[in-house]
Amino acid sequence: MSILVDRNTKVLVQGLGKTGQFHTDKAIAYGTRMVGAVHPSRAGTEFHFEGETDHSGVAGRGDTYTADLPIYATVREAVAGTGANATVVYVPPPFAADAIMEAAAAGIALVVAITEGIPVADMIKAKRYLEGSGTRLVGPNCPGVITPGECKIGIMPGYIHQRGRIGVVSRSGTLTYEAVHQVTQLQLGQTTAVGIGGDPVNGTDFVDVLEMFQADDETEGVVMIGEIGGTAEEEAAEYVKSEMTKPVAGFIAGTTAPPGKRMGHAGAIVSGGKGTARAKIEAMTVAGIVVAETPSDMGEAMVRALR
Amino acid sequence: MKIHEHQAKLLMAARGIPVPLGRVARTVDEAVAAVRPLIEESGNPVVVLKAQIHAGGRGKGTFEEHPGVRGVNVITDGIAGGPGAAEEAVRELAKRMLGSTLVTIQTGEEGKKVSRLYVEQGIDIARELYLAVLLDRSASRNIVMASTEGGVEIERVAEETPQKIVRSEIDPAIGLAGFQANELAHGLGMEGDAAKNFVRFVKALADAATELDTDLIEINPLVVTTAGEVMALDAKVAFDDNSLYRHPDIADMRDETEEDPAEVAAKNSGLNYIKLDGTIGCLVNGAGLAMATMDTIKHVGGEPANFLDVGGGATADQVTTAFQIITSDPHVKGIFVNIFGGIMRCDVIATGIVEAVNRVGLEVPLVVRLEGTNVDLGRQIIEDSGLEVTNADSLRDGAEKILQLTENL
Repeated sequence: MSILVDRNTKVLVQGLGKTGQFHTDKAIAYGTRMVGAVHPSRAGTEFHFEGETDHSGVAGRGDTYTADLPIYATVREAVAGTGANATVVYVPPPFAADAIMEAAAAGIALVVAITEGIPVADMIKAKRYLEGSGTRLVGPNCPGVITPGECKIGIMPGYIHQRGRIGVVSRSGTLTYEAVHQVTQLQLGQTTAVGIGGDPVNGTDFVDVLEMFQADDETEGVVMIGEIGGTAEEEAAEYVKSEMTKPVAGFIAGTTAPPGKRMGHAGAIVSGGKGTARAKIEAMTVAGIVVAETPSDMGEAMVRALR
Repeated sequence: MKIHEHQAKLLMAARGIPVPLGRVARTVDEAVAAVRPLIEESGNPVVVLKAQIHAGGRGKGTFEEHPGVRGVNVITDGIAGGPGAAEEAVRELAKRMLGSTLVTIQTGEEGKKVSRLYVEQGIDIARELYLAVLLDRSASRNIVMASTEGGVEIERVAEETPQKIVRSEIDPAIGLAGFQANELAHGLGMEGDAAKNFVRFVKALADAATELDTDLIEINPLVVTTAGEVMALDAKVAFDDNSLYRHPDIADMRDETEEDPAEVAAKNSGLNYIKLDGTIGCLVNGAGLAMATMDTIKHVGGEPANFLDVGGGATADQVTTAFQIITSDPHVKGIFVNIFGGIMRCDVIATGIVEAVNRVGLEVPLVVRLEGTNVDLGRQIIEDSGLEVTNADSLRDGAEKILQLTENL
């Protein structure tokens, strides 16, 4: 098994600007079942994609691909027309929260929001809107979700992944790639890698993903990558300590970050003595998580945790 | 983005939130000219002269050039001597404060240069409280947080006497409900007119936080006057940078002199840059990886000169700007470029590096580690350029290599 996405996931794309097009093309090359796009002013036309197959993705395909994605005016129509159960949001920041709510209103089970820079107030409202709905939001400001060899939703480079037995969850995009790359090189591979995003208000948090990995038969261990700011890592450590039986390795970025400075991510800030790397590392260590000293040691930490 | 106290109070006053009367002054003459009208309008012969900088602790802070002068001064000369005496006292203090360096517990040793003052009416204080509206990340909502300990740092109250803090979540669909404001007033032990005024105050403040897209509004102290009025004696406001596009009037309040010039240049080019004290410049994509790169440099025994995240969709031009910013720091002895491409394509970074070196030259060692989308193309571009670049296989390898290359410089 895997979590969140697999070969049966049918994906829409919202936001087909330059970035959205580039990564939709990569997703199709990987073998993701991209089934449609939403673009109000181009509804009724198709988006054409073609190129060389990414053979690190879904197996058993030819060397080239062509795809014509139907474009719909609304998410509701796109769902009716395609049976999509997931969507990826590349919509620009001012309109992204609205796109997330539209997807939830259309009953889509999984919304993966890649967009960086969404106003916090918009996300507070979107999260309120999602309460009680059956929709799970991953992100925003995240690299996405990938189950290697089955489904890639987001902006992560496909070729560094390899199907295997480790779950990866991270607040940082590029650090997820680091962890995945190392886990691949150590021949452990991944069940699913999930970027939960670097914003202070996001959909899915560490504990949600850890619960899913704990329940997933194929996942034997988890790499969890956090960073300074907030208390999500401490809450995750608490969960690992009390509920998890699978080994967990981790890393926290920002040991050298000066307090009061926002380290790129809106959520990555040490303020009022809260959210320090030290406190997080300590909580994780106490919970039995093997914490890597540098990001280059994340794979090794996982190996140690598995022993 | 942070703004000054006088700007915050202007925004609050425009929303009917009570603040003392005050005038901003950029010169000694302006400060003096503010005194008489303030005294006449308020009927209070006391005025307060406050240095305007983006850092707290001003009341206890002192000036480097004038150790006897504090950042906030209550001027009582007007009580016995009339407005003229108050004017003279303001003149003498303003002369020392303007253009001088104020050092507080929040500015660091180097302090901050004061280029504007706020002259305010004196207030007869009966009681001091703390009030703030800020994001509660676990709840994914803004909360109102208040305490009976005005004038004290909230972190200290949370540590020592957490029972003195009351809080209430703001539902984004409803705002702060009336009963919540009542509960807060009750929790702070307020009664009568003061309680009524507080309820009005806190509701307006919660609305302001939503309307203005603030990250933080902190009123410390919030005061109850001897007449039962509730008023913001100080105001610290910070905005969500992602929302500034819809508040051009607020974006215009930005005071770039309060920020590091290199950080301002970076921000204007869409880069995330924070200057640090070390010698190894880093150029990284992604905030988490940028932090981790700094951590790794430190771990292998070096000191990072900066945090620099070129972001997800950087262009070759932005990479060139990033290079210029890093190399303009005289302490930088070497540069480590660490890219793991997702959205960011390695060929774009490589093109940017080559262009940057061609344009601004390169006098320090450069280590490049590329991985991810279009990595082969990126490596090829660097190889074809003939630049003197040391390649690295991993983050740690890169950190060790740049350390070796710079150690003997």
